[in-house]
Amino acid sequence: MSILVGTETKLCVSGITGREGTFHSLRNREYGTQVVAGVTPGKGGQDVEGIPVFNTFHDAVDRTGANTAMIFVPPRFAADSILEAEDAGIELIIAITEGIPAHDELRVYNIIKKNGRARLVGPNCPGILSPGKANVGIIPASFFSAGNVGVVSRSGTLTYQIGNVLARSGFGNSTIVGIGGDPVPGTDFIDAIGLFQDDPETELIVICGEIGGDAEERAADFIEASVTKPTIAYIAGFTAPPGKTMGHAGAIVSGSRGTAAAKAQALESKGVRVGRTPTEVAEAAAALLGS
Amino acid sequence: MDLLEYQGKQLFARHGVPVPAGQAARTVEDAVSAAEAIGYPCVVKAQVQIGGRGKLGGIKVCADRAQAEANARAILGMDIRGLTVHEVWVEAASQIDAEYYASVVFDRSAKAPLVMLSTKGGMDIEQVADEDPDAIAHLHVDPLLGFQEFHGRRLAFEAKVDADVVRPVGAMLARLYEVFESEEATLVEVNPLIVTPEREVRALDAKVTLDGNALFRHADNAELRDLSGEDPQERMAKERGLTYVKLDGNIGVLGNGAGLVMSTLDVVAQAGGAPANFLDAGGGSRADAITSAVEVILSDPKVKAVLFNIFGGITRCDEVAKGLIEAFAQIKPTVPFVVRLDGTNDAEGRKLLADAALPNVFTESTMDGAAAKVVELVGGSA
Repeated sequence: MSILVGTETKLCVSGITGREGTFHSLRNREYGTQVVAGVTPGKGGQDVEGIPVFNTFHDAVDRTGANTAMIFVPPRFAADSILEAEDAGIELIIAITEGIPAHDELRVYNIIKKNGRARLVGPNCPGILSPGKANVGIIPASFFSAGNVGVVSRSGTLTYQIGNVLARSGFGNSTIVGIGGDPVPGTDFIDAIGLFQDDPETELIVICGEIGGDAEERAADFIEASVTKPTIAYIAGFTAPPGKTMGHAGAIVSGSRGTAAAKAQALESKGVRVGRTPTEVAEAAAALLGS
Repeated sequence: MDLLEYQGKQLFARHGVPVPAGQAARTVEDAVSAAEAIGYPCVVKAQVQIGGRGKLGGIKVCADRAQAEANARAILGMDIRGLTVHEVWVEAASQIDAEYYASVVFDRSAKAPLVMLSTKGGMDIEQVADEDPDAIAHLHVDPLLGFQEFHGRRLAFEAKVDADVVRPVGAMLARLYEVFESEEATLVEVNPLIVTPEREVRALDAKVTLDGNALFRHADNAELRDLSGEDPQERMAKERGLTYVKLDGNIGVLGNGAGLVMSTLDVVAQAGGAPANFLDAGGGSRADAITSAVEVILSDPKVKAVLFNIFGGITRCDEVAKGLIEAFAQIKPTVPFVVRLDGTNDAEGRKLLADAALPNVFTESTMDGAAAKVVELVGGSA
């Protein structure tokens, strides 16, 4: 098994006719993901290398049975596209788009939560990969093989870095979930960790956090209360100065809140091993699983 | 994007939040004529984004024209914690009966706006929160519902504001929430919110942070960006569309992906080095993007060596290497570079660099090795 995406995923891509949208949709299909549809208003009836394009998510869902959406449209259109996918009955919406206004994210998050019928992952995330089954997003799949390590991360390249060291040590992944670097992620560490806890294939959970907010601290409490599987963490941004946004909109130390040191301390106090470098995380994972 | 006090007050005024009358001035003459127009007593306030300006001499009361001139002369051009004052705000002095605190913040954990009100205004609110948390009334607002009048009443009663100002304080909170929502702010803070002897409420200060990602919907606000207070490298990077943060050390750092760059800074620090900057080149495999980024890093005279940390995903390391070789031909850097290429086509990339035999460029295959090398090049631990 794996979580969130797999062989049952039927993907519809919003923004499939854009340059990036086309490139990654085709890469996802090449990997084996069922990419069943695309949505670009005004381009209904066209196709992208055989993937039918529809004007609306509702048409795409009616005609193809799509159950997962990937959002690739520019920031100013992204909130609307997410809400359209949700309204059309899509169950899992993965938003890759970076730079969505914070108030749009707040509104979208609260609408989706209130309606309670869809899960949003992202925005500003690299997507989700279940090696050997499906890849939805921009994660370079060639580094990862199927296995028993579940990874959840706020950062794309850092995930590749850690995943690659793990792969070199001979370990594979059940699923890699990029939850994204924005202040209001649709899916939080706790959500993904809970899914990994319930996934029989996942034997070790790696969480990759960074400065800003308190998602790691809340994850620490959740792990203590509800997680029996071994969990290892990495936190980026020990050297980040307060008040500066470090690339990701959500990566900012506000006053004395959201520091890497506080997060590492919160996790360690709940018995979660925190690696000081990405290499150390992979080594700790290897040691736990017995290479 | 953080606004200056007077920019925040001008936004407030547009939304009906009562603020003292005032004018901005960039010269002593303009400040004096503003004071003459406003009348005395008035206050000259340095416009810099530093808390506690008053204690540092950045806020002065003037009883007459001579004092207005002397104070404006003293404040304009003064240095407040490294920031030069280019602008002052001259406003009518206010009589104060009571000082409150009010704010609307974007609460990431609750995923909802948080409105706070306290009768302990005029002091550091984090300190109040630590020492007397009950003195601050809190309320999360469902963003789909918006701020209702009852929210204002609840907060005002809970904070125990004087009974006669419950209504005007509630009304001010509603307007501050309107600023937060309609201007797409992530922070709206008033400290102090004052009650005058006439029992009127006013925002005596304004701290507003706007969401930079939403400025496409707010053309007027986009023009408020304050470049004067920014570091020269940060300004240069912004003009080039790069994500750059200036730090204190001497090792320039460049990488792809925000998380990886943050991690690189940490690994350099652990190896005993001091990073000079954060720079995320993004997908940046093209020579012009790399050239542009390297120019920004090297414009900081403190930089003695540069660490280039690339983990190729979709970005191919051979393309990055080609970009680097071209960039080197254009810039001809004089400080040593350590280049770590890992991931997609890393062997090809490292070979290209080796064949090009760039002077003073060292290639490494691991992040830890690259960090150790660059620290060695700047002469060991900081």
